[in-house]
Amino acid sequence: MGLELIIPILAATIQSGTPILYATLGEMLTERSGVLNLGVEGMMIFGAFFAFLVSHYTGSPWLAFACAGILAGLFGLAHAVVCLVFQGNQVVSGLALTILGVGLADFLGTPYVGLSADGFSPFSVPLLSSLPVLGDIFFKQDALVYLSYFLPFLFWFFMNRTKWGLAVGAAGENPAACFAAGLNPVKLRWAGIFFGGVLCGLGGAYLSLAYTHLWTNNMTAGRGWIAVALVIFAFWRPGRAMFGAYLFGGIMAFQLRLQAVGATLPSSLLLMLPYALTIIVLLFSSARGKGRQAPAALGVNIEPGE
Amino acid sequence: MLGFTIEKRQEPLKWGSFFIFLVALVFSLGVSALLLAIQGKPPFEAMYLLWDGAFAHDWALEDTILKAIPIFLCSLGVAVCFRMQIWNIGAEGQYALGAVGATWVVLSMPEAPVWVIMPLMFVAAAAFGAIWAIIPALLREKMGLNEIISTLMLNYIGILFLEFLVYGAWKDPASFGFPMTIMFPDTAVIGELFGRIHWGILVCAGAGIALTIFLKHTRLGFEIMVSGENPRAARYARMPYSALVVLVMGVCGALAGWAGLIETSATLNRLQPTVVVGYGFTAIVVAWLARLRITSIAGYSILLAGLRVGVENLQLELQVPASFTGIMQGLILLSVLAGQFFNWYSFQRSKRG
Repeated sequence: MGLELIIPILAATIQSGTPILYATLGEMLTERSGVLNLGVEGMMIFGAFFAFLVSHYTGSPWLAFACAGILAGLFGLAHAVVCLVFQGNQVVSGLALTILGVGLADFLGTPYVGLSADGFSPFSVPLLSSLPVLGDIFFKQDALVYLSYFLPFLFWFFMNRTKWGLAVGAAGENPAACFAAGLNPVKLRWAGIFFGGVLCGLGGAYLSLAYTHLWTNNMTAGRGWIAVALVIFAFWRPGRAMFGAYLFGGIMAFQLRLQAVGATLPSSLLLMLPYALTIIVLLFSSARGKGRQAPAALGVNIEPGE
Repeated sequence: MLGFTIEKRQEPLKWGSFFIFLVALVFSLGVSALLLAIQGKPPFEAMYLLWDGAFAHDWALEDTILKAIPIFLCSLGVAVCFRMQIWNIGAEGQYALGAVGATWVVLSMPEAPVWVIMPLMFVAAAAFGAIWAIIPALLREKMGLNEIISTLMLNYIGILFLEFLVYGAWKDPASFGFPMTIMFPDTAVIGELFGRIHWGILVCAGAGIALTIFLKHTRLGFEIMVSGENPRAARYARMPYSALVVLVMGVCGALAGWAGLIETSATLNRLQPTVVVGYGFTAIVVAWLARLRITSIAGYSILLAGLRVGVENLQLELQVPASFTGIMQGLILLSVLAGQFFNWYSFQRSKRG
């Protein structure tokens, strides 16, 4: 295969990986604060729908992008109410959030199926886009992709070099010690759930505003679950999340390309690829080791009176 | 100032769960009605149609019970898994594989007499469903792979596998391109017992009774109940915890497989992609609400099946999308989870000192 064949696939890899990257970082933030939220798929599709809706009526993709994030974050707070206030089971609550989000997006979105909305289009970054090969892959994308390049670094900086980030991490590792240090782990977890939801919503928004410029039902198609798996694969670290997201972007781009050139394999078999890859990828990360573990208090509720 | 403190109860409230469910149901129906009102649909009429389409007529009740059958079978297994704190959310895929297994038998020996074909269909459906559940169980116990993710991914893969077959090798040449197999011969169809209720309901009764006896009156069942309460204690007592996980998952997969078989054979009389409609996810809601009480599982199965049938009525009368079911299920589950707090905690006026 020549470069002229590979470069478009790699550029498409970045595009397909971007929504997964946003969502993976979102779930990672929530989990670092000690809360497992399996509602990623629900928050993503919720964000995707409201991004479409706002852009459809206002014609402003940036406003739509921001609204999608905030609304998905607020939607995710249902998980905070159930788990942080009422001590509900985090696994089941997250599942319920996904069931509810997917239902809501489909219910509210049905009248809009097939309609289009203004979105983000690719533009070339001056100078960088003229780099050989790399320019074509990385720097002829849309604004949301460029934004996502900075996210893993920002995530790392926030968690490791800022007071608030370290506090969030403490709420996930040892809430009791966090409390003893004069911090409020419950409030920190509220923040972790909200901002994690914001990022998931932004990932969803990418699907309706940049990946496509229209609304279709079941737009996320399991990407939220892939993000949940990638958090484990990435050992709760943002850099590896980027690698994982592009790995999945790659398989999706590859599969679309095969379908486009009319490969003899039936589409249902090709569509299995990302899901099968999720299991395979997780097998490679299930080995336990130093610095590879989940936040110590992940999934454990903070009981009142403790 | 009127302060209060929160205290954990020693025992959950008696009847608390059911009362919480009722409050959660009312809350969820209220929010759902509000959503309909936002879309300009009459909320009170909708609630009436929901009731009317699910429970108010003989035909409605029959529809509800027919849908409760696969939900009940899936929920039985999921409830045992949840009891052991195995988060199996793969009933949907295990159900699809069961349908595939049963159809495979029918297509391989369409001429076989009923006493050959029917038992083989049950064996194949159970085996296919069980395999689909044992894979994540083994991956969890041997490799430490998170079963939530693996069962969910196997859902997608299983459903796509079913589609691959009915769009391809198994497609009826006379179906004008529609993705469906040939009609099953009469020998492979689960017949009606009374009214439109087929004898799949006897399978439910049998499975429910067998599971109750197994859990309450056998050593293995006792071990499952104990290791559910406390997996660490079970390991400490040298119970074969890993083997129990594989066994429980296998049984769950087999039951979900039977649900797929029954739905394919009795309701559709052929395999087509529409056999997969989310019963496996409804089963999660039922299993969480009912815990491991078989009568509760039956009751909640009928209630949630009723919601599905009622929504079908809404679809017909008010053009409400089928996803409305998902909204109600999500809301019920979230509000029950929140409500269970009151089952375990009490509020005490704090003493002034």
